[in-house]
Amino acid sequence: MVKGAESCVPLSEVATSNTHGEDSPYFAGWKAYDEDPYDAASNPAGVIQMGLAENQVSFDLLEKYLDQHPGASGWGCGISGFRENALFQDYHGLQTFRQEMATFMEQIREGRAKFDPERIVLTAGATAANELLTFILADPGDCLLIPTPYYPGFDRDLRWRTGVRIIPVHCSSSNGFQVTLQALEDAYVKAEGMKIRVRGLLLTNPSNPLGTAIARHVLEEVLDFVTQKDIHLISDEIYSGSVFSSDEFVSVAEIVEARGYEDCDRVHIVYSLSKDLGLPGFRVGAIYSYNDRVVTAARRMSSFTLVSSQTQRMLASMLADRGFTENYLKTNRERLKNRRDFITEGLKNAGIECLPGNAGLFCWMNLAPLLEEPTREGELRLWSLIVHEAKLNISPGSSCHCSEAGWFRVCFANMSQQTLEVALRRIKDFMKNMKAKQEK
Amino acid sequence: MNQMLLSRKAACNIHGQDSSYFLGWQEYEKNPYDPITNPTGIIQMGLAENQLCFDLIESWLENHPDPAAFKKDGALLFRELALFQDYHGLPAFKRALAKYMGEVRGNKVAFDPNRLVLTAGATSANETLMFCLAEPGEAFLLPTPYYPGFDRDLKWRTGAEIVPIHCSSSNGFRITKPALEAAYQDAQKRSLRVKGVLVTNPSNPLGTTLTRHELDILVDFVVSKDIHLISDEIYSGTNFDSPGFISIAEATKDRNNVSHRIHIVCSLSKDLGLPGFRVGAIYSENEAVVSAATKMSSFGMVSSQTQYLLAALLSDKEFTDKYLLENQKRLKERHDMLVEGLRRIGIGCLKGSAALFCWVDMRHLLKSNTFKGEMELWKKIVYQVGLNISPGSSCHCDEPGWFRVCFANMSEDTLTLAMQRLKSFVDSGDCGSNHDSGHQRPRKTFLTKWVLRLSSTDRKSER
Repeated sequence: MVKGAESCVPLSEVATSNTHGEDSPYFAGWKAYDEDPYDAASNPAGVIQMGLAENQVSFDLLEKYLDQHPGASGWGCGISGFRENALFQDYHGLQTFRQEMATFMEQIREGRAKFDPERIVLTAGATAANELLTFILADPGDCLLIPTPYYPGFDRDLRWRTGVRIIPVHCSSSNGFQVTLQALEDAYVKAEGMKIRVRGLLLTNPSNPLGTAIARHVLEEVLDFVTQKDIHLISDEIYSGSVFSSDEFVSVAEIVEARGYEDCDRVHIVYSLSKDLGLPGFRVGAIYSYNDRVVTAARRMSSFTLVSSQTQRMLASMLADRGFTENYLKTNRERLKNRRDFITEGLKNAGIECLPGNAGLFCWMNLAPLLEEPTREGELRLWSLIVHEAKLNISPGSSCHCSEAGWFRVCFANMSQQTLEVALRRIKDFMKNMKAKQEK
Repeated sequence: MNQMLLSRKAACNIHGQDSSYFLGWQEYEKNPYDPITNPTGIIQMGLAENQLCFDLIESWLENHPDPAAFKKDGALLFRELALFQDYHGLPAFKRALAKYMGEVRGNKVAFDPNRLVLTAGATSANETLMFCLAEPGEAFLLPTPYYPGFDRDLKWRTGAEIVPIHCSSSNGFRITKPALEAAYQDAQKRSLRVKGVLVTNPSNPLGTTLTRHELDILVDFVVSKDIHLISDEIYSGTNFDSPGFISIAEATKDRNNVSHRIHIVCSLSKDLGLPGFRVGAIYSENEAVVSAATKMSSFGMVSSQTQYLLAALLSDKEFTDKYLLENQKRLKERHDMLVEGLRRIGIGCLKGSAALFCWVDMRHLLKSNTFKGEMELWKKIVYQVGLNISPGSSCHCDEPGWFRVCFANMSEDTLTLAMQRLKSFVDSGDCGSNHDSGHQRPRKTFLTKWVLRLSSTDRKSER
């Protein structure tokens, strides 16, 4: 492969910048895993991947569905099924699939909110949905406010090609990292001071990395704030199906409806099937907007990121089966809750506290007491020990822009129960060793 | 009242969907032809789809049910595939795609799967390359006429500019060295820094392939200006006649020091007729481009379900050999049918040898040799004749009177009917004049169907 020893035809700034974030130190953890991945049989001393927010606890339900409905993944016996599907590239998306997505979103919220299929725009994953909304709602040089800690991928997804900036809304452990009005105001004032125009606020609800559903009163405050500032609100609800107790999740859609759809032009929801259904490979994301112009613009822009019609067709069929979806949602929640309880219990036995959580595929764990110094450097040093000695790839809070050092995100749904047990044993041993070192 | 402001990108018109060109689309959607239920409806001849060889794929699917069912040798691979979101793509699929790309090019060149970047369609591939190669405000040179969708795909979110390389019917719309230089000068005059040239080969809308000579002067040009060359080869598998298709890969394989500036775009939407599956790719020997584009593909990846199915399909050499030959044969037959049908009406075409459409010369039917005249003729063809064809002006053609007419997205009977309608229109002498003629199809039939809707459906432009 040519490395450019010849005249280097220049690439763009975007192509050569670091905003994709993949040169950051956090990739050392990934690298350690890739070079030495744990396998119960062939590599029992390898690195266990706990940095990947995947949902692997409910595949058996999907496999059983496919087994019982072999027609779901094919095109049937008639000739028109295949060709019609293969030709379908309309950016409105398959009507049946949009319909089922809307219904599925309603099911997750147990009917507390209604979704109009005509307001759904399909994209190849939530990654694409978030970028698309950023292109639509903000100009290069503008910013979005995002409460910390937040998903590290946002630095790339929202900023890289759009030229839009992120101003953090600092949240603190003193109140369980909940967003406060003061923090919102502070961030807004900071942006103003930097002469950066704020176009919107992006919330992830339930939160990644915290693993908590946002409380209703916080959502109300947030909606009042964005209304007062006349900015947009993007609510990334991709983990909505993973709230362990479905009535503990309040979607911004519910608040919008409770307010009689007043002034809801500024509210946009992002959803995906990657977390709740465990299908990140199929690239199924969606934007739901109450703003007609946003829906129109998003639909046109989705040309760059359409969902495979083969995938739309299969999932429309699967989601149409209400018996299947009801059972899936209920069972999935139970299993995630059990996993969460198991890991928090195990961590507690190892002397580690986690932020109380009720959602998501991960725990937000507090190792601040172990830090030599309460700084990012101190945190990274501890993290390096965990990766290389305990052989666990977990995500340091600094990668999530957490303003307090010592917090780590630990995933629990991307591995078997046995592997989780091994991981917990390693953590317990690690903590014992650390304690012994500290006492010396 | 609060005005919820959107970005400039959202508010602008670069997506092109408010243009009059989309009128034809809208009219078709209000009144689509169907042989049984709507025989007087509009026939869609503006859609570059390949519907001629589905039976071959359907038969393969029937004989190989496993890949679509996520199976391999009896084992269910559902969870592995459902979890597979690596932007490097499924290795088996990239291998199969690289193999297929070689076969399409007569195996005169081989492609390395590691230099492929998968994207959700060529639409995404072209935009991604722009993001990688051009800053906002920088330009790419494109020969006219070109695919209308490029105005959106290359410029909309990237902020890049297109400067036309003017091609003319006087030499069959071939690319010449003076035209390249003139385009470069035009860019300079507009204070636009040129970052590259983008060609579509086989050409949309011309249906011709670039000659070896054209390819050579293109490469010489980009080397002399130290810029990139993107070769959009999505129609490469639709070449059906001599002189044959020469890929830029073949044309540059014996040249030193150029491969880092050459980037090829492919897709399965045209050859295999699978636009819904969103399978596109960038091929480049420039490591920096592959690296950046791969990361960018996060924003538009191919479904792993689809990658898996097509890996099985494309790695079956027996299938691909048979498909490519049969596809060629059927495309040629259908193309020749259109050309002959037009010839009998006294209408000529540019001599084409590839793609899914003809570049038709209706200059002699214009009331006036202007784009206004072209629009008038086009509206008559849409409203009176009931054919949605693409006017050359929508493709940025410099000369009025040329139209792109698709032939592979309909049955033989429908094509025959389309020719009959056109013949009636031309024979009636109504073109070039505003008078109704007795031989003309009754206006009323059309008018009753043109009920104005409150909201028109806009639609993604098609190639």
